[in-house]
Amino acid sequence: MANPMRIRAAAKEGVTEVRVLMSHVMETGQRKDSSGALIPAHFITELTAKHNDKVVLSAQFGASVSTNPYLAFKFNGGAKGDKVTVSWVDNKGDSRSDEVQVS
Amino acid sequence: MNNQRRATLKAGGGLGMLGLLAAAGLIKPELAEAAWNKGAFDAKTLDAAMSAMGAGKPMESADVQISAPDIAENGAVVPVGVVSNLPNTEQISIMIEKNPNMLAASFDIPAGTLPDVQTRVKMGQTSDVYAVVKADGKFYMAKKEIKVTLGGCGG
Repeated sequence: MANPMRIRAAAKEGVTEVRVLMSHVMETGQRKDSSGALIPAHFITELTAKHNDKVVLSAQFGASVSTNPYLAFKFNGGAKGDKVTVSWVDNKGDSRSDEVQVS
Repeated sequence: MNNQRRATLKAGGGLGMLGLLAAAGLIKPELAEAAWNKGAFDAKTLDAAMSAMGAGKPMESADVQISAPDIAENGAVVPVGVVSNLPNTEQISIMIEKNPNMLAASFDIPAGTLPDVQTRVKMGQTSDVYAVVKADGKFYMAKKEIKVTLGGCGG
């Protein structure tokens, strides 16, 4: 199972900034191991961020996104104590969902 | 005799239900994968990736801004941010021309979310990076060359 994401959500002047650091190998499927065999691709394909129950960002990732992907975005609204949930699914069907309170 | 017949029917009905549940379980993962734009992410050329996204040939626009370093010392972690000043921005995508799979990420921006995203991408070599923005149903883009220096001291 994947490690938890680190999520920060901060509300300032009516805009909430969300920063997410995911823990994932993001293997491209192009690299070879020491014996020359291709390492199979393993990367996050879809990500959804919600503010309470409203979707504020949905993203599709390819293998070109860095290992342990970082993502930052902003949405209007949001107040202290609101819930921000981020969840992802990878190409092997693994998934992870974490939530944080807006500060 | 009658009781036995009923028991048999019940057993048969039970099996039918199990079959239906299994079928439902099989259908679900396919639906989930359909949302990921495989054609665009597997595309090997810029034109193919653009057409898989339905972008065609986007216009260059000064309202799309890429914030990224001119020189990236580590190609494995290149910070790239895109800001769109176009009204009704619906989608922001980041493409790296010389990567084997050029489409790195695509963000859907619902109303209420600012068209301002930052992420980090991998770059195999010095390349143009494209930001493709869909606003009001039309596609716009901006590009920026990022030089990748491997194993150097940033000179």
